[in-house]
Amino acid sequence: MGRTFAVILTLITVITVAVFVSHHWWFPEVASAHGVGMNDQFVETFIGAGIGFVLAQLALAVFAWRFGEKKGDSRKVRVFPGGAKGLVIFAFVYVGLEILGLAFVGQKVWADMYFTPPPSDATKVQVLAGQFAFYFRYPGPDGKFGPIHVDKIDEGTQNFFGIDTSEEGSKDDIVTAEVAVPVNRPVVLFLDSKDMDHGFYVRELRVQQDMVPGMEIPLHFTPTKVGRYDIACNQLCGLGHYNMRAFINVMSEPDYKTWLTQQAALQ
Amino acid sequence: MSDTSAAAHHHTAPTSFIRKYIFSLDHKVIGIQYYFLAIFSVLIGMVLSWLVRIHLVWPQLHIWGLEKLSPAGAPGGVMTPEYYLSLLTLHGTLMVFFVLTTAPQAGFGNYALPIQIGAEDMAFPWLNMLSFWTTFVGLCCLVATLFVKDGPPISGWTAYPPLSAVGSDAGPGQGMGQNLWAVSIAIFCVGSLLGALNFIVTTVDLRAKGMSLMRMPLTCWAWLITAILSLLSFAVLFAACILLFLDRNAGTSFFLPAGLLVNEKLQPHSGGSPLLWQHLFWFFGHPEVYIAIVPGFGVISHILSTFSRKPVLGYKVIVACLLGIGFLSFMVWGHHMFLSGMSPYSGFLFSIPTLIITIPATIVSLLWLGTIFGGKLRFTTSMMFALGFISVFVTGGLGGMFLAQPSLDIFLHGTYFVVGHFHMVMGVAAIFGMFAGTYYWFPKMFGRMMNETMGKIHFWFTFVGVYCIFMPMHFIGLEGNPRRYSQFVNAFIQPLMPVHKFMTIAALSTGIIQFLFFFNLFWSIFKGPKAPNNPWESTSLEWTVPSPPPFDNFAGVHPVVNHGAYEYGEENDGKDYVMQTDPPTRAVTG
Amino acid sequence: MTTRGKFTLLLASLAMVALSALLVSEPVSAAGEGKVTGTIKLDGTAPHQKPIDMSKEPSCAAQHSTPITTETVMGSNGGLQNVVIYISEGLSGAAATAVASQPQEINQKGCQYLPHVVAINPNEDMKVLNSDQTSHNIHPQPKNNHEWNKSQPPGAAPFDVKWEAEEVAIPVKCNIHPWMRGYIAVVKGPYAVSDDKGNFTLNNVPPGSYTLTAWQETYGTQTQKVTVAAGKPATADFTYKAK
Repeated sequence: MGRTFAVILTLITVITVAVFVSHHWWFPEVASAHGVGMNDQFVETFIGAGIGFVLAQLALAVFAWRFGEKKGDSRKVRVFPGGAKGLVIFAFVYVGLEILGLAFVGQKVWADMYFTPPPSDATKVQVLAGQFAFYFRYPGPDGKFGPIHVDKIDEGTQNFFGIDTSEEGSKDDIVTAEVAVPVNRPVVLFLDSKDMDHGFYVRELRVQQDMVPGMEIPLHFTPTKVGRYDIACNQLCGLGHYNMRAFINVMSEPDYKTWLTQQAALQ
Repeated sequence: MSDTSAAAHHHTAPTSFIRKYIFSLDHKVIGIQYYFLAIFSVLIGMVLSWLVRIHLVWPQLHIWGLEKLSPAGAPGGVMTPEYYLSLLTLHGTLMVFFVLTTAPQAGFGNYALPIQIGAEDMAFPWLNMLSFWTTFVGLCCLVATLFVKDGPPISGWTAYPPLSAVGSDAGPGQGMGQNLWAVSIAIFCVGSLLGALNFIVTTVDLRAKGMSLMRMPLTCWAWLITAILSLLSFAVLFAACILLFLDRNAGTSFFLPAGLLVNEKLQPHSGGSPLLWQHLFWFFGHPEVYIAIVPGFGVISHILSTFSRKPVLGYKVIVACLLGIGFLSFMVWGHHMFLSGMSPYSGFLFSIPTLIITIPATIVSLLWLGTIFGGKLRFTTSMMFALGFISVFVTGGLGGMFLAQPSLDIFLHGTYFVVGHFHMVMGVAAIFGMFAGTYYWFPKMFGRMMNETMGKIHFWFTFVGVYCIFMPMHFIGLEGNPRRYSQFVNAFIQPLMPVHKFMTIAALSTGIIQFLFFFNLFWSIFKGPKAPNNPWESTSLEWTVPSPPPFDNFAGVHPVVNHGAYEYGEENDGKDYVMQTDPPTRAVTG
Repeated sequence: MTTRGKFTLLLASLAMVALSALLVSEPVSAAGEGKVTGTIKLDGTAPHQKPIDMSKEPSCAAQHSTPITTETVMGSNGGLQNVVIYISEGLSGAAATAVASQPQEINQKGCQYLPHVVAINPNEDMKVLNSDQTSHNIHPQPKNNHEWNKSQPPGAAPFDVKWEAEEVAIPVKCNIHPWMRGYIAVVKGPYAVSDDKGNFTLNNVPPGSYTLTAWQETYGTQTQKVTVAAGKPATADFTYKAK
């Protein structure tokens, strides 16, 4: 029984580690500047956790294998060498060092995203989430977003932001159902919600942020790879949550300018 | 002190069926009642998990019987998106509250705590009975959501506003269903608070002569610390549920800001914040997960020692770690809210105690390994589940290392990585603690032995099965597979569908095997071989009395304790252990 | 001819005239004959409408090589589609309470409501279908009727619904796809919805004088008086001014 446990546990451990190491299921390719640091932090954590995982599971397996009581067993029970003290010290040192590393050194990515404001020349886009779609607004040549009038929002006439086009700042706003941004330039998204908590999640860009009604939350990053990436809502918002998505297109500068001009003509 | 209190608790044995089995004051009966309430809940919760996993991989399947349960939710037996969320919400709510917060603490704790400390009953037997029946009413309210017009709420067991607070404009199930949910959980809070009071007073006041705190089995320490966590955290959840109820029905705006346009209707609220609910909920929610697991720590420590024939390594250290975990558990709630819109500086601050709590958890895990090292392991079913607990707890806990770092949580939040992590620690480890406890205490509770062969089969299939179900969730989490989706329509998830199918089949198979456990449980209650007083040669006080114990546990005798709880060692006159009530002169070396 | 013979002939002729008069008057008083036809036009150019971007639902976006618009749909001759025509005054008796026998249906196809505007009598059956590969959750938002919504996963069976009270018009939205809009006009008596040339025909109108109302989602209502005589279909044209 103990030996069977040891074998099966070892198999589980080996298979688990093999799957992780093979990267068969792994993070999608990074498409943002801070994503590189995040990947590194992931790898460091995997190594630390992985060593702990293997050591613990194999120790359990070895002990289950070795220490089964046998018939007529005259063996004396043995205390673990060093007793509790040794294990406590090991835990404090190993885990302590690891968490010091992860807690402080590893927070650079978090600090980069959230402790520093976006640069002033970042491409600005406003994102409005509502059951169950994302809509986007560019400020247009005046660089200003016109006010959102909740009582003027009318999806039937596609006035998703409740814009009054006669108002200052609103005339040149460009509303789209997909967002495009130029590559290698900082972007800041102003995340709003008109009804529930929603989530803005783009895997390749390594960004995620809840969108809370009553708050406008800035999210900034610098995309580094051209491509079309899924935006998935990642905060349960109702029956259509699974279908709430959009696409973010990271384009070359000329392509982006062309796209924006086309969108402006459609308004 | 203990003598006078114990004397005050002398009451006569009940004779009527109702007083013996229904409205009983006996902590043993109440413990068993809680246990079977949890069994009932876990059965429903498990079936719900099958339904949602089946729908994810075969969304257009006509599920037999589902249309009868809810013609609106599953027309033609095909689950609608909202019904998926309803069933998922009910699954989470039932499992977290009525299984994991019930059986380990109120179930086993009620049964074994008084006997283990040498008392006749809990400090307040009447309050104990009230707390069970209150919990029962809470369960009825929750199950009732299945039968109201729009079904159970769709907001998840976490019930975040505005979705949970604006009412039926937000979606199906958000009218009566959400109201019933809030009422059910509020009632559950009351039941838990009453229970927590009882546990604390009993442990402090009713210990037998010689049963100092440091001689208590670790199970008693675990139940005491869990009770303190319950007392402090359930009070906050109770308040939060009331505020939610008011927002929904009395026009208040605790959680709702101005300008909400829900389904084209402008909501009349203003001034509140959805984040307030999250703070209140998780201030409860994080201690709650420790409430779910700490009793398991106690049970596992106790069982590992018994079946290794060795004292627990570092008894005092484990006590200190349990206290440390309990204390720290109140400081980490923000790690559920890193991306919520809360200040990112707070996020960073919360990550520190979250990482620090790894230390006592690691120490405890290492001490378990140190306990079995050099022991003479007896591989009973109970012991197998205890060994399995170590494995799955380590696995689940390591997932937490990733989620504790806000930088990494940016990617992993809301993905199946989180689902895999919390199922591993709560849905597997805590349940293993319940299985280990069941196989261990069954002889004492029912006076009969469970079948060991069936138990071993149950263990093997379950142990392998849970790794098959929940380890792949970590893999697809790395791919960014979002959670709480009723269907996977995104292109990037399609390559992961074979993994989902694998997990569904593993879940169904592992679920089926649990019926072997249920059969073993119920069959053995009536037909199992009679159990001796101490089938496991264990040292704690419950094994000094007959199986099952007499009505007042010790047949009028007040036990006197002369030993700690884990005196196992070299044989001395044929026994390698010392009962806690053995004469002071008896000892084992080792 | 004898006097008796002349009298018989006169009587027979009178009888034949009376009989024919009876026969001729029958269709006049039967419901089937009266009709109102006409054309609805938009005077001026249609306002700029943004094409609907369905990119969040790729299976629907793929069905529209040119993105659609739905609010003001005009034919090449300036005719306005999707205008509801009905009799708002003057209906009485059986005509006012009759329920049309042709069941209406609304189909969720290509993430649109087809037809975009449905006219229907109170208590007339309306079938709701989902022809798409995605779930829809149809959500009519009436003022005079009971509000409801219903999910239909792909392949779900159609369901029937009835409306109790008159209402012009009930907006219909999809809870899952915010751009989807349709309208249901619940009216008594004969009704029609203009086609892609702006033409409509109201059938089964008993002879009489009526007020005819036209309703369009952007331009609102217009009325006209019309008289329907036996054997003579009436015509009524409407012209909306572009904003």
